Amino acid sequence: MHPVVAALKHHKTTVALVALEIALTCAIVTNALFLIGDRLALMHMTTGVADNQLVWARASGLDLGQDSGAASPAEAAADMAALRAIPGVESVAMTNSLPLAGSYWSMGIWRHPGDKHSVLDNAVEYVGTRGMVKTLGINLSEGRDFLPDEYVDYSIFGGKAKVPPSVAIVTRALANQLWPGQDPLGKTFYLGDHGKYAIHVVGVTEHLLNPSINPNQGIERGLILPVKSVQGGMYVLRMRPDMRKAVKEAIPKILIGLDPSRIVPDDQIYTDTISEYFHGDRAMIWLLLVVIGCLLAVTALGVVGLSSFWVQQRTRQIGIRRALGATRADIMRYFLAENFLIVGIGVVVGLLAAVALNLWLMDHYELHRMPLVWLLPGAAVLLILGQLAVLAPALRASHVPPVVATRSV
Amino acid sequence: MFAYYLDLALRSFRRNRVLTALMVLALGLGIGASITTLTVLKLLSGDPLPQKSARIFAPEINPLPAQVHLPAAELFSNWGDLMSYTDAMNLLRARRGERQAVVALTGAKIAPRQAGRHPFFSNGVMTTADFFAMFDAPFEYGSGWSEQDGEDRARVAVISTTLNDKLFDGRNSLGQIIRVSDHDYRIIGVLKPWAPQPRFYAISVGGQGYGNGDDVFLPLQSALADKMGPENTNCWSPDANVNHLETAPCAFVGLWVELANASDAGAYKTFLSNYVQQQISLGRFHHPDVDLPDLMGYLGQQQVVPDDAKLQTNLAFGFLLICIVNTVGLLLAKCLRRSREIGVRRALGATRGAVFAQFMVESGMVGVAGGVLGLIFAELGLWAIRHQPADYAKLAHLDVSMFVATFVIALIASLIAGLLPAWRACVVAPAPQLKSV
Repeated sequence: MHPVVAALKHHKTTVALVALEIALTCAIVTNALFLIGDRLALMHMTTGVADNQLVWARASGLDLGQDSGAASPAEAAADMAALRAIPGVESVAMTNSLPLAGSYWSMGIWRHPGDKHSVLDNAVEYVGTRGMVKTLGINLSEGRDFLPDEYVDYSIFGGKAKVPPSVAIVTRALANQLWPGQDPLGKTFYLGDHGKYAIHVVGVTEHLLNPSINPNQGIERGLILPVKSVQGGMYVLRMRPDMRKAVKEAIPKILIGLDPSRIVPDDQIYTDTISEYFHGDRAMIWLLLVVIGCLLAVTALGVVGLSSFWVQQRTRQIGIRRALGATRADIMRYFLAENFLIVGIGVVVGLLAAVALNLWLMDHYELHRMPLVWLLPGAAVLLILGQLAVLAPALRASHVPPVVATRSV
Repeated sequence: MFAYYLDLALRSFRRNRVLTALMVLALGLGIGASITTLTVLKLLSGDPLPQKSARIFAPEINPLPAQVHLPAAELFSNWGDLMSYTDAMNLLRARRGERQAVVALTGAKIAPRQAGRHPFFSNGVMTTADFFAMFDAPFEYGSGWSEQDGEDRARVAVISTTLNDKLFDGRNSLGQIIRVSDHDYRIIGVLKPWAPQPRFYAISVGGQGYGNGDDVFLPLQSALADKMGPENTNCWSPDANVNHLETAPCAFVGLWVELANASDAGAYKTFLSNYVQQQISLGRFHHPDVDLPDLMGYLGQQQVVPDDAKLQTNLAFGFLLICIVNTVGLLLAKCLRRSREIGVRRALGATRGAVFAQFMVESGMVGVAGGVLGLIFAELGLWAIRHQPADYAKLAHLDVSMFVATFVIALIASLIAGLLPAWRACVVAPAPQLKSV
């Protein structure tokens, strides 16, 4: 290694430049890979429902807010009966939202009635009509589904039906926040003004993602309440995956057929809803991949350029080494070792820079700390890239004939 | 001399075509990425009302019950100028500003009167009389409504030129009837194309931050009387009745105030504080927090620019930095290779300054070429962005200032990259270089 280091001392500036470029690339590529991993993990979270068996629709008259023109429970029942009759549909229920569907209801939950310090804010409320748990395909790990007489008239929009149902199914995530380390089944929490309504937990589901992942509500924080009808709600239909397209096409005709003056502004195959929700993340992943690709290409070409220059500059020295008995493999090894050394220095500096960059990103964006294992792929990629980039110039060097040494220039 | 240096640079490029192409390509990629992301960032952080944004203010108050102790900064960054109908109308009727408007959005169901045409949803704005004058919304036909119309719950409407084209083929539709969410409204005004970006008045009331303008504007009192529901309703009492929004403890409207001078903000803030104190003594309010950001301050507080856009801009400039380092290395290699040529020039009488200038011209040319390529990459990048479903996507176009910025950035980047190589070139000692010839 010693002669390699000695030779490098003659090219301090160029060596420093290559090392700097490698270090910067390493820092950015490592963080970009981490960002990609982060987004991929988000995109592959379990929703907790039967993703590829659902289609949903909203119809005008179900809009949020004021009551005039809202579908009455009777209208909703007629709609659902008609939807159930579409060939292929196995079951239909009404709910206020679905995981990743965007719009959500949230509220505070009281652990102890009247004790304002016991309020857990930003719990996400799912409400559903009879058969909602089965239709959505929510798996209960403990307890039971709602009983037919547990569905009540309840609306978070107030009015007459402001008394909530007396039972609920909670997500494991919410249960762990309400009662850490305890079995939630049979526990009681409270809703309403000063927590005046008691609600008993009859079931627990391991997973049910929030309709929207955001800093206030987090990823999972939901509970399900049984209701008779949902103001501003959506119809959810369950069927075999291959029936989804046909059913989706039939829905607007059926609903408008029941009432020609209404609009069906939203109807969607549920997997498309998920895919739409993550569109921004997918675009970001592609962008990061393109940037990583361009960065690696630019860096590799830079290394090729500078290595070629060094080979050209040292043609005579190579000739002398060859004349003194060095084999082609020796020359190759020399250039590969030199490259490994420079890139190695760059990578070490780059890893430190990557950690610093991650800390800076954490300061400015909602990003968490990068586990140190994420440093490995970036380092490996750059070391391999460096060796590949130097291969062609090194090969050219190894083909320098010994006779060059004897020529004066 | 400049022309001679240009000629020398061209000759040198011709001698090392691959190396030159590499430099230009790398620089072009870096510049293209930076310009694309900068264009988007500029679009996103633009001033929607440049002529008067410093005089437009968003009053913010905290109506939450006593047991909710949310830090004011957190509440205001979530809610902005969102407040209850009662408070907004109290402040509106106090008329402490030049103009003031209360705004809420609604999904307006439009039923065309022509037979065979299906009803559709449009973006509706429920607001008060001053809205149009305050936000400089230009009229094609007619005008807005009066304050009295609002108090009388008159069923009058202003529609956008888009909706006018759709329903009336662009004809003067004043006096025509439009059916909005099952009620008949008389058209009294048609707007010219108007869509300020960001859509500042829509942010807190449940609208998109960017994108198309709204289609139908109705007096707030009339629309609420006709039971049109707002897009964003936040109630702080579980006993709130959303079916009677005018009196419900729910925030669903935004309030905007135009002051005669930006310096009147202090006086208005005092007025706002006094109002809140008065409400506290009446037992309606429990927190004295108020804020009064101006329009641009409000957009900053609402963090209207998505984090991803900022992250992408940082990423692009990181990329550009690497491209510059790469160019420094390649330029350096190129000029070290020409040590002998430099030696000859120096021996023939060229000063160090002349050699320095020659190499700076050469790197400047790399920069200009990189800029041209960068422009192409930026257009490609923006084209790709326009095909994304983001709400601002359609607005991403290169404007004159970004066009100029491309070349400024390209020149600065290449000249920085050229500094070290040019300096190394001009300190080459002529004698040793000549000796070996």
